[in-house]
Amino acid sequence: MLDKALKGSKSYWIWIFVLLGVIGTGFTFYLKQLDFGLGITGMSRDVTWGFYIAQFTFLVGVAASAVMLVIPYYLHNYKAFGRIMIMGEFLAISSMIMCILFIIADLGQPMRLLNVLLYPTPHSMLFWDMIVLSGYLLINLVVSWNVLDAERNSVPPAKWLKPIIYLSVPWAISIHTVTAYLYCGLPGRGFWLTAILAPRFLASAFAGGPAFLILLCLIVRRVTNFDPGREQIQSLSKVVVYGSIANMFFFLCEVFVAMYSQIPEHLDHLQYLFFGLHGHGVLVPWMWTAMALIVSGIILLLIPAARKNEAVLAVACAFTFIGIWIDKGMGMVAGGFVPNPLHEVNEYFPTFPEVMIAVAVYGTGFLILTILYKVFVGVKEELAA
Amino acid sequence: MNDKPKIIIGLAIFVAVFTFPIWYNRGAAAPAPEVKLSEKAKAAKQCVRDTDYMRKEHMQLLDGWRDRTVRDAMRVYEVNGKEYVASLSNTCMDCHSNKADFCDKCHNYVSVDPYCWNCHTYPKEEKK
Amino acid sequence: MENNRRNFLKFAGVTVLGLGSLSLLDGLTSDDVIASAGQTSAEEIYKKGANALTAKRWGMVVDTRIITAAICRKMENACHQTHNVPDHANKRHEIKWIWDTEYKHAFPEKTDLFLAERFEHLPIPVFCNHCANPPCVQACPTQATFQRADGLVLMDFHRCIGCRFCMAACPYGSRSFNFRDPREAIKNENPEFPTRMKGVVEKCNFCAERLAVGKEPACVEASDGALIFGDLEDPQSEIRKLLKENYAIRRKQNLGTNPSVYYIV
Repeated sequence: MLDKALKGSKSYWIWIFVLLGVIGTGFTFYLKQLDFGLGITGMSRDVTWGFYIAQFTFLVGVAASAVMLVIPYYLHNYKAFGRIMIMGEFLAISSMIMCILFIIADLGQPMRLLNVLLYPTPHSMLFWDMIVLSGYLLINLVVSWNVLDAERNSVPPAKWLKPIIYLSVPWAISIHTVTAYLYCGLPGRGFWLTAILAPRFLASAFAGGPAFLILLCLIVRRVTNFDPGREQIQSLSKVVVYGSIANMFFFLCEVFVAMYSQIPEHLDHLQYLFFGLHGHGVLVPWMWTAMALIVSGIILLLIPAARKNEAVLAVACAFTFIGIWIDKGMGMVAGGFVPNPLHEVNEYFPTFPEVMIAVAVYGTGFLILTILYKVFVGVKEELAA
Repeated sequence: MNDKPKIIIGLAIFVAVFTFPIWYNRGAAAPAPEVKLSEKAKAAKQCVRDTDYMRKEHMQLLDGWRDRTVRDAMRVYEVNGKEYVASLSNTCMDCHSNKADFCDKCHNYVSVDPYCWNCHTYPKEEKK
Repeated sequence: MENNRRNFLKFAGVTVLGLGSLSLLDGLTSDDVIASAGQTSAEEIYKKGANALTAKRWGMVVDTRIITAAICRKMENACHQTHNVPDHANKRHEIKWIWDTEYKHAFPEKTDLFLAERFEHLPIPVFCNHCANPPCVQACPTQATFQRADGLVLMDFHRCIGCRFCMAACPYGSRSFNFRDPREAIKNENPEFPTRMKGVVEKCNFCAERLAVGKEPACVEASDGALIFGDLEDPQSEIRKLLKENYAIRRKQNLGTNPSVYYIV
C-alpha cells in the first residue's frame, strides 16, 4: 500500500520537500548538540528537563487519544467513527515516533540508549515507559495497517485483530498513566506529587488529541477528495469539550488543594507559574495565555451554534490544542523544577538550537503522518472509484 | 511491464556499492602493526596475564576490573598469586605509558575507538 | 562466571518480556562471554585492598558549631580538586559535589521567622546525603546509579545514559549533569582520578576511591574537625557518640529518604 505515497500532486511533493528541508535544518543543530553536549539547550543543573521532555509528555497524550475513537467504535458500536478510525491510529503512530525521537534528543549519551534493555530495571518508571510506549506503537502499526488492508480488499478485518484492538484500550490508558508516574512518584517535587496527575494527563490528552484530529479532518477534506464526514467531526468536538472541561476541573482541584492548604512546597510552583516568584516569572504570560485559550475553547465548543459552524470549530480546536500544549508542555515540566529543591529560583527558557531540534522532530512526525494519510486517502479514493 | 534492464542495472549498482570495501582494498591490506613496549613494560617481561591473553582479551579483563571496582568496591585483582590495583590509569598506563605507540596503533588498525580516555587519564608526556 | 550467568539471565528476562528482536543479539553476546571465560585457566580473585576502610553504613556528621566560610572553601577545593570537578564559566553548566548555602536553602522546610541569629548567614555545607532509601537509585533506568552494601550511593559513569531522571528524583539538588565536555574546564587535573565525559550525571561519592585505600574523605580531611565520618551502624563509632550527645537534624527527613548526613545545630 505504501506505493500510494509515491504518486501525488505537485503541492504534495512541495510539502514533502519542505518537511525534508525542515528536518535537515534541525538535524544540523542536533549534530551540534551531539558534538557539544546538551549545553546548547537552556537546561541547567536546576531545570534538568525542558522543551524535549515537555514535547514528549504532550505527544504521549496525542497518541493515547486514539482510544477516544476506539472505545465508541469497537465497544459501543458507534459506526460513524469507523470512517476516521485509521486517521486516529495513524496520528498515534506518528506521535509515538516523535515521542521516541524526543527521548533520544534529550539523552546525554544517546549511543547508550540500549542500556535500558541491557540492564532492565523494574523499579524505574522509565523502564516501564519504554515498554508501554514501544508496545503501543507496535499495536497501532499492526491494527491500522491490517484494518486498512482489509478495507482495501473489501473483506472484514482478520479475527485475530479483535483481541489486539481490545488490548489497545487499556494500553492507551497505560502509556499516559506511566508517563505521569515518571513525575508524580518523585518525593521532592511538590508540583508533581499529586495522585491526580495521571487522570489530568488523560483528560488533557482526550481534549488536545481529538482537537488536533478535527483540524486534520478539516485539512484532509480541503486538500483531498475524501471527506471524513460532518457527523464524525461533530462527535469528536463533543469529546474535545468533555476532555477539556475535565482537564480544567482537575486543574482547579489542584489549585484548591495548593491554595487552601497553603503548603509552600505545593503552592510555590503555582505561584511561580501564574504570578512569578521572587521577581522571576518568564512563564507568567504564557500560562495566562494558555488558560485564556483553553477557557475560550471550552466556551466556543459548549455553544451548539458555534460548534456546528466549522470555521468557529476550527478556531476553538486550535485554541484548545495550543492552550494545552503550553500548559502541559512548558508549564508542567518547567513549573515542577522552579523553585528548585533548595528553594532557589533559576528559570528555564528554551534556546534557539533547542527549538530547532524540536521543530525537526515535529517535521519528522508530520512527514510520517503525511505519508500515512496519503496511503489512507489513496485507499479511500481507490474504493470510491 | 518490461523492467528487466532497469532491474538488472539497479542490482548491478547495488552489488558494486555494497562490496565497495572489498574491492577497494583488494591487494592493499595494511600490514598488522607492531606495538612498541615502553622501557618499563619491557623490564617487567610479563603483563598481568600472558601476552596472548592480553592481546585477545584485555577488553574483557578491563570490563571485569571496571565492574568490580566501581560497583562492588573490589579494587584489587589477584591472579596467579600476584596482586594488582585494578586501575586503567594507575596500573595499566603506569607501565604502558606510551599510549600512542601501544594502545592507539592497534586500535586504529582495527578501527575501534574505545572511549576509555574520554575520562581516564594517561601520562602527560604522551599528550600531543 | 557468576557475572556471566547474571547477565545471561537479564538478557533472558528481556527476551521473555517480548522484545524478541533482541534474542539474536543475546545469543551471540552470552556465547562470546562464556567462551572467553572457558579459555581462562588462571585463578582470578577480586578483593578489597588490605587497608580499605569498611562499614555497615557510612555516614557523616556536620558540626555547624565549628563551620566557617573559610572551612567551607577549603572543603570544596579539596573535594573538587581530588575529583576533577570542572569549573564552568556558564552557570547553567555548573557542576558541584559539595558547596555551601544558607540555612533557609539547606533546610527550606525548617525556615523560621525568628531564626537563631547565628544561623541567618551561617554557611551550611551540603552534598549528597547517601540516603538509605535513595529516590535517585529507584528512578535510574539502567542501575547506573546504585547503592552499595555499605550504604554509598554511587555513579557508574560507564553506564549512565544521561536521562537525568535521577536529578528530577533527588530532593536535595545534589546531582550535576555534564552539559558539555568537562575536561577543558579542569585547571589542575588529578591524574589518579578519572574525569567525566559529556552527557553523564555526577555527584559526591563519599570518596569511595579514598576509603578503598584507607583514607577518609577529602572534605573531612580539610574540614578542621567540622565534618566527622564514620559507621552509623556501629554504636561505638565517633559519629554515633556525637549523635548521642548532641541534637542533630537531617535535610527533609519528612520525605522518608533517610539521609546519612546529620547536622549538629
